[in-house]
Amino acid sequence: MPLPLLRRLSLTTLTLLITLPGACTKPTPAAEKTMVFAAASLTAAFEELAEAFAQGHPGARLDLHFAGTPQLVLQLQEGAAVDVFASADQANMQKVVATGKTTAAPATFARNRLTIVVEKGNPKGIAGLADLSRQDLRVVLCGPEVPAGRYARQALDQAKVAVASRSDEPSVKAVVSKVALGEVDAGIVYVTDAAGAKDKVDAVAIADEQNVIASYPIVRLQCGHAEDPVGEQFVAFVLSAAGQAVLARHGFAAP
Amino acid sequence: MTPAPRFPVLLWLPAALAAAFFLLPLVGLCQRAPWSSLATRLASPAIRDALWLSLQCSAAATTLSLLFGLPLAAWLAAGSSRLRTAVRVLVTLPMVLPPVVGGVAMLLAYGRNGLIGSAAEPWLGFALPFTTPGVVLAETYVAMPFFVLAVEGGLRGLDPRYAEAAATLGAGPGRVFRTVTVPMLLPTLRSGLLLAWARALGEFGATITFAGNLAGATRTMPLAVYTALETDPDAAITLSLLMVGIAAAVLFPLRRHWLPSR
Amino acid sequence: MKLAADLHLRRGTLRLDAGFVVAPGSTVALLGPNGAGKTTALRCLAGLLRLDAGSITLGERRLDGGPDGPFVPPEHRGIGLLFQDHLLFPHRTALQNVAYGVRGASRKRARAIAGAWLERVGIATPELRPAQLSGGQAQRVALARALASNPSALLLDEPLAAIDASARFELRRLLREHLRAFPGPRLLVLHDIADALALADRLVVLEQGQVVQAGSINDLVCRPRSRYVADLLGVNSFVGDCRDGHVRLGAASLTVATATTGEVLVTVHPRAVSLFRSRPEGSPRNVWLAPVLGLEHQLERVRVELGGALPVVAEVTRAAVDELRLADGGEVWVAIKATELVVTAR
Repeated sequence: MPLPLLRRLSLTTLTLLITLPGACTKPTPAAEKTMVFAAASLTAAFEELAEAFAQGHPGARLDLHFAGTPQLVLQLQEGAAVDVFASADQANMQKVVATGKTTAAPATFARNRLTIVVEKGNPKGIAGLADLSRQDLRVVLCGPEVPAGRYARQALDQAKVAVASRSDEPSVKAVVSKVALGEVDAGIVYVTDAAGAKDKVDAVAIADEQNVIASYPIVRLQCGHAEDPVGEQFVAFVLSAAGQAVLARHGFAAP
Repeated sequence: MTPAPRFPVLLWLPAALAAAFFLLPLVGLCQRAPWSSLATRLASPAIRDALWLSLQCSAAATTLSLLFGLPLAAWLAAGSSRLRTAVRVLVTLPMVLPPVVGGVAMLLAYGRNGLIGSAAEPWLGFALPFTTPGVVLAETYVAMPFFVLAVEGGLRGLDPRYAEAAATLGAGPGRVFRTVTVPMLLPTLRSGLLLAWARALGEFGATITFAGNLAGATRTMPLAVYTALETDPDAAITLSLLMVGIAAAVLFPLRRHWLPSR
Repeated sequence: MKLAADLHLRRGTLRLDAGFVVAPGSTVALLGPNGAGKTTALRCLAGLLRLDAGSITLGERRLDGGPDGPFVPPEHRGIGLLFQDHLLFPHRTALQNVAYGVRGASRKRARAIAGAWLERVGIATPELRPAQLSGGQAQRVALARALASNPSALLLDEPLAAIDASARFELRRLLREHLRAFPGPRLLVLHDIADALALADRLVVLEQGQVVQAGSINDLVCRPRSRYVADLLGVNSFVGDCRDGHVRLGAASLTVATATTGEVLVTVHPRAVSLFRSRPEGSPRNVWLAPVLGLEHQLERVRVELGGALPVVAEVTRAAVDELRLADGGEVWVAIKATELVVTAR
């Protein structure tokens, strides 16, 4: 079947060519490793989860790969051998379910909320979403293709606040770093990102009635190692009380 | 006609593999391309904006590379000293650094709170990040090294005695540079400019980091490909084919100037 | 306008310490083995190298006074330089090349002057580029270019070295004509003595950066002061120990007419070496039997290479070759008068 092979070659090449260097590790796992693809906003939490998991499962070896959710989906669609996939939204998860590679229905394991991040000390005196339309402010959001960017626009629409984003940033991390560098005055990211970068930026809360709740689904895929129980065990661990405690520490809300 | 030297049989296989290595991604793009909707996709305002912006910015970056890179290359080639070596390493740095790192470094220097960015903002009337001039700057940062190194190599390859001959005919250093060095360097200048332009056109990492990703202002073709890839792979492929087409349209007629002369 | 040079410069292994003067309207040939510093000296004069010490003056004007003195850059020296490989600008036509150096004239006027110079050197195709010219033609254009810049002095670095034999004679004639017509000092670097004889009034011989001999061609032929000079001029030369009117040269010995003592250079012109079929009677003090190694035919005369304990070259007429049956090889008697041997203390 030459056609799928060519397809795979072309799109994987394209993805690798334009993926930020350093943002992606090998898309295929070493033979005995279990490959976990997780949204970029889960980076710190999943690193800790993997460490805790390894203590309870001495033989298991996890390979974590973080990137923007759409990018992970693309790599998955193009044939990356993945055992576990954790998405930042349901829409992208549906694309993965549509590939027919999932072994069970996805389970929501965490929720997240949006927050405004501002420069340390909040020099522009930003109090809430409504302030973001001020003419003297420079604001960036994630691009609309990124879950965080879509949620942010949803929240702004609900609050009837018109914001001209200076740039469609490729990830929440890029938004945080632009704010931290002082290139822009404010951005909208997840509370977990703000918590992780609290020594570089300050968070300004978004009122509950204006906020959008992001839910994170996780699923086990069969395109990895079918007989390997580690992927199944890791999903169970994330959903367990011990796993939830780790996520809570990183600012995620329970599902 | 002298017969061409025979090609060693042992090298056939690796040579063919190398050629195929570059050919296959192109074949893949063509295979996967949404040919039926290609025309309408290409006519869309988003693609038109990205294309126009890319052409403008890469042309501006190439011009800046020429205006500032040629004097720098001339100085680098004019002798050998520790200072020159240090500057050469500095110029080479953007070729080695991941462009994203280059973009971050540019933010630290030319950003709103950067080393000179903060001083330059009131003077320019705007901050460079998130603007089209910011894109030009980011592209120049990654493209100019190719031009400078090519031209320095070309200058070092010139026989210095032509300049000496011109001097004995009464030409001062300025006239020698203008009337002897530059004309004799013309083939190298052309290939250097093409290299720089090609690099500027394909620039992605430094641009998205320094100038951001805003349709119509800073979203050049590579950024448009990246953005489209996450939502609409067919659009990404269309854009990629367009870039291949532009590169071929420019580089093919000018191949004599960037291929090594025979 | 006289060109006076006292050159002191160290460059790599070369140590140049040479002084000479070129009078206006005279042509001096700078000769010497490879690496003697001839081209370096020329580059100093043209201003392409700066002296470590010494001075260069053209007329009343000091062009280089060493590190603490004045230094006139090449473009302000008014010294024309012709390179061995012409160095015509490849991107300019012959006419544009010549017009390049024309000073103080409008573009149109400069072209007219350049055209006239090209005509004078016999180039009828001013629109050709250097790549389309033969070596000889290119060197003519280069000569026109150097002369059209109206220099006060003219330097030529091996102007005939890269020219093939067929064009060489004609170019040499042209050079001589234009050198004669040039009013200022003329200095040529050469390695061929025939070119020097044809073009120069005086010779300056440079060896290892030092002037070993300077003078007219006659001076040099009569009293060559080094083996290089003797070889260059085709004169026999030997280095030996002189005592009591005898010079010991390895196994051989020569009787000389001088009272010098110590190490000497003995030279003798090939024409002063006489050959005989049988042992000559009479005055020659130095007589020996030597094998004939070979003959070298020149236009009128024949050079005879002789072996033995004291290898020498004799020059005889064609008639003598037949008379002495030299073509058969064998041995002949060699005779040299003591008074023909020139002895120079070293």
